[in-house]
Amino acid sequence: MNRVNYQVMPGPECYLPPAAASMGVVLPDEGRALVEGHIVTQEEAMSTIAEKLLGAKHPTFFPGPLILWAWSEKAVEKARAIKEMADAVGAKIIPMPDYRPKYPMIDPEEEINPNHPNLTIWHNKIDVCVFAGVHCHYANIALKIIRGGTDCYTIALCGEYGHEDAMITLRDVRAQDIKRLTEVIKKKQAYSIETSLMNV
Amino acid sequence: MMAKKTVEQKIVDPEYLFFEAKREKQFITGSEAVREAVKRANVDMAIAYPITPQSESMHLVGDIYAEGYIKDYFRGESEFAVMSSVAGAAMGGVRVFTATAGPGTLRAFEMFPTWAGARLPIVCDFFCRGVNSPLTIQPDTIEIGFMLDTKMMIFHAETAQDLFDMTLQSFIIAEQPDVHLPIGVFADGFFVTHTREIVEIPPDDIKLPPYDPYKSPVPAMDMETPPIRQMRDPFVMKSNFISYASHASWQQEILAAAERARKHIHKYLGGLIETENEGADILIMASGTAVSQAHEAIWQANQEGIEVGLIKFKVIRPFPTEEIKMIAKGARAIIVPEFNISGWLAKEIRSVIEDNSKVVGAPRVYGGMAMPPELIVEEIRRVAR
Repeated sequence: MNRVNYQVMPGPECYLPPAAASMGVVLPDEGRALVEGHIVTQEEAMSTIAEKLLGAKHPTFFPGPLILWAWSEKAVEKARAIKEMADAVGAKIIPMPDYRPKYPMIDPEEEINPNHPNLTIWHNKIDVCVFAGVHCHYANIALKIIRGGTDCYTIALCGEYGHEDAMITLRDVRAQDIKRLTEVIKKKQAYSIETSLMNV
Repeated sequence: MMAKKTVEQKIVDPEYLFFEAKREKQFITGSEAVREAVKRANVDMAIAYPITPQSESMHLVGDIYAEGYIKDYFRGESEFAVMSSVAGAAMGGVRVFTATAGPGTLRAFEMFPTWAGARLPIVCDFFCRGVNSPLTIQPDTIEIGFMLDTKMMIFHAETAQDLFDMTLQSFIIAEQPDVHLPIGVFADGFFVTHTREIVEIPPDDIKLPPYDPYKSPVPAMDMETPPIRQMRDPFVMKSNFISYASHASWQQEILAAAERARKHIHKYLGGLIETENEGADILIMASGTAVSQAHEAIWQANQEGIEVGLIKFKVIRPFPTEEIKMIAKGARAIIVPEFNISGWLAKEIRSVIEDNSKVVGAPRVYGGMAMPPELIVEEIRRVAR
């Protein structure tokens, strides 16, 4: 596989896709973000996230254990902000409550699991998804499996340094960043409604 | 048993401790340099098991436990027990340190890929010695060859100064949330551990910030604070495609984490390699104390009018692939002196450069033999003809 100019795009990519970090994709520095393997400003990334979410047929949020439990005030604040964003988009929420593989079969309407995330995506025909509050290791594993076997567009809102294996990733995401992103989404939504009314 | 005494040390930024704090020269052994590094590393727990030539270092770490620099310290039942205990401590979210050597490394071997696979930021010093029969306790770097595919990061110290700096800096590199992998800091037994040299060290009343397990890419096993009890489940035990694919993706993520370490290594170690006269026709590429011998050999070759460059590997994993590829392009011959019979470094270099016929896998000594610089000079003369 060509290591030069590797792009992180929706799949299905191949039987066993490589980790983007091993293909030369590097995480953004503070204040920057990644879109499809390229470093951009946070504002550009937020704008693209809004467009992807608003253009999706079945947008879905996958909140992970870091925001599903009220283990700190920050976690609660972040969870509320994510819920508000999902509501603004009109997205479904399917939690990733833990990381244990579910056998013999996961209930794909109820949850997603990092070891076989493709099952939930296929079942619900999810075309754009958002990871939030998932521990980085498990997020990367799941994001890569999704890229390998589905055509879902992946977005990761990371509290640490970001995820090369997502098509779009923001880093150092705190509750205020999620609220800022929700505002970007609402503005685009309003603009879109306004434009379509003008065209009527 | 918890330490009774606690020493007051000021927590400072890693950058201040590594680069800005005024350093004092001390004439100490490599083992003593390990003690000084651990003293400033804010280590929660150290676990020991003796084996030559490592024993002295963990003995000295025990001394600083008694002085109150470490919260907990004990002796394990064997190297395997130590490496397993260290894994448990790291999973529980504490900063942990240990060290071993040669046969101890092989006895504990199963745990090294386990550490990496579990994303445990353990720092372990390895003091290289022979491992084969007939028994030898003498210096030999063969164990690094065995460790190459454990997915641990591997640093190789040339001197006691390197050993001090690499051991201390490894905690911060290993604990980066995007890395979070174990680091093995290797040094050649006896040559580094048991000889004195000048080591410049910052004051001992300052130390690194504590490890923050809540920034870990996997949940710490904190039984007090949810989300709790989220073990890394053994999906490998299941026989189906999903399990295999997940395991494969998991392994790729470990290698990806090592890739991410490169920028942190550049920040703290100044790069994966050090170069001198890298544009020369003839290059020596070496790691550990073979670098010191190469320095002397280059000086001798220069006296004869032969120009030779030197590439010192500080980091073996992740391998400095792009750096070596680029430097090797301009070289006519690359001499790789090694203290082991397998020539693992020469193989590594051959595997990444375009024309691997220019690699001279010599001189090679093992079983504890010294490497007189003249052996390297002979190779230089041969390729210079």
